[in-house]
Amino acid sequence: MNTMNTPPNAMPESSRDSQINDSQVVAPAFLAATRPFYWSLRRELWENRSIYIAPLAVAALILFGFTISTVHLPDKMRAASALDPMKQHEMIEQPYDFAELLLMATYLIIAVFYCLDALHGERRDRSILFWKSLPVSDVTTVLSKASIPLLVLPLLIWAITIATQWIMLLFSCAVLLGSGQSAATLWRHLPLFQMWMGLLYHLLFVHGFYFAPVYGWLMLVSGWARRMAFLWAGLPMLAIGVVEKIAFNTSYFANILGSRLQGGDDAGALSAPGQGMDPLTVLSLAKFLISPGMLIGLAIFAVFLAAAMRLRRYQGPI
Amino acid sequence: MPCIEASGLRKAFKNTIALDGVNLRVEDGRILGLIGPNGAGKTTALNAILGLTPYQGELRVLGRNPWTERDLLMRDVCFIADVAVLPRWIRVSQLLDYVAGVHPRFDRAKAEAFLTKTTIQRASKVRELSKGMVTQLHLALVMAIDARLLVLDEPTLGLDILYRKQFYDSLLNDYFDRSRTIVVTTHQVEEIQHVITDVMFMDCGRIVFSCSMEDFEARYLEVAVRPEQVAAARVLRPLHERQAIGRSIMLFDSVDRSQLSPLGDVRTPSIADFFVAVLGDKPGNQAGQTPGAAR
Repeated sequence: MNTMNTPPNAMPESSRDSQINDSQVVAPAFLAATRPFYWSLRRELWENRSIYIAPLAVAALILFGFTISTVHLPDKMRAASALDPMKQHEMIEQPYDFAELLLMATYLIIAVFYCLDALHGERRDRSILFWKSLPVSDVTTVLSKASIPLLVLPLLIWAITIATQWIMLLFSCAVLLGSGQSAATLWRHLPLFQMWMGLLYHLLFVHGFYFAPVYGWLMLVSGWARRMAFLWAGLPMLAIGVVEKIAFNTSYFANILGSRLQGGDDAGALSAPGQGMDPLTVLSLAKFLISPGMLIGLAIFAVFLAAAMRLRRYQGPI
Repeated sequence: MPCIEASGLRKAFKNTIALDGVNLRVEDGRILGLIGPNGAGKTTALNAILGLTPYQGELRVLGRNPWTERDLLMRDVCFIADVAVLPRWIRVSQLLDYVAGVHPRFDRAKAEAFLTKTTIQRASKVRELSKGMVTQLHLALVMAIDARLLVLDEPTLGLDILYRKQFYDSLLNDYFDRSRTIVVTTHQVEEIQHVITDVMFMDCGRIVFSCSMEDFEARYLEVAVRPEQVAAARVLRPLHERQAIGRSIMLFDSVDRSQLSPLGDVRTPSIADFFVAVLGDKPGNQAGQTPGAAR
């Protein structure tokens, strides 16, 4: 195209820069770097509204069931006062533990389905061409997607669990006071603050960090598979297990996988949901965080994530 | 520094060579029409320019390597890759929020002003909009970005004639300001003839013709030769000859207008007809891509 002549550039670089709004110029570089990440995260929440709708729906369901159950609460409390303290504790805490477990299960289900669609959906609907037309790097995009199961979901589930249990407790108190009973027993057997701290650790470190390689794998598959990501995520695992069993008659791989999904042996040391947080658990938490199982898992996660970032660079719409 | 500079650009897929040593240079402030049959390598060339696909050879876009610096490049480059790539689940207001959030050169007020001229509601989701409205929305976003290069790959595919006309009108009147560069591919060649400043034909992964529109108009003339003049006209060695409505239409390269006017009606050829003349006679290419191109 040698015949083209260059017209004088009407907009020199300096005047272009001055058009960028002032807040950004003043804002520290850190802020400027995190802006695309922040907006990418928001876009994930816009696209995948199930991330917060599903746990909220489950919480509503729990509260609905619990409200009905409180009809018998005054009678139950009267009966409980005759039991020994251990049984009494168990009985009072049971619905709160159940609510926790239910929300935790919701977390895992959402996380699995989210990860399997994370890098697949945008290729399927061709919108990847739009996302790539904006100054957001593949690294930022993949990191923002990975932070959903790793950080956003555990914190969100934690907050929703707290709110749910708090409402449950307040409602129970109201019912008990209404029937002329004291709510003191209830409060004594529900160390809510300790329960919540334990839950936070459990959600963040076991279901978030310890499960990270699982999420990483699912995201990698979602970035690679052209269809049926769900199948591709499971088949290689099954294949490795089967080959190992036939070739060596061992099942190390299946055991590793199983222990990972159960939260690992190390996680047992960490407070189970519902237990309190004492200095011992803080110590075991630190031990858990630097345990080989955790560190190897995070390393594998990093490899999967790096592969997913690279894949996204190469992949176009399906 | 030219806007786009490529030399020896190659890209091979499993069974086909999509780009076979492309050299091109696009200066700032030009509107380049990239034209070619399906599978000529146009989209692959654009994808390479946009950093969407790896390639062999040298390529600089605004002085950057698009494959390694896509995210930085996209501050200065916009593209609309055919139609309907906007995510269908997103709301118009969310889309504006997002682009304003991630793009340092996005002027939200400008986009809003453009949208008020349309019937697009802020609360609508993209999936609720018609195809034409989605294109308007995408154009509103792109026009509000102070970019130096705009790449359009079949931007009006599947739109009705009103939207297509409006699209190019907005582009020329509200966007193009001689400091920006636009690269556009389309099969609706006749629509961009008066929009582009340069034309480039691609075929089988190569650039087979490249010319500025000024030169094109100066060099090429088309004559509807009167039947009795056909023999005299052939002496002047036409590039191409076709029959239409009982007349021979001949295409001449660098023949003076005064020599041609006695032979019949002289006019500037349409790019579509010229395209057929240059590429259409080869086996494998369909002359039927252009109406009125009888062989």
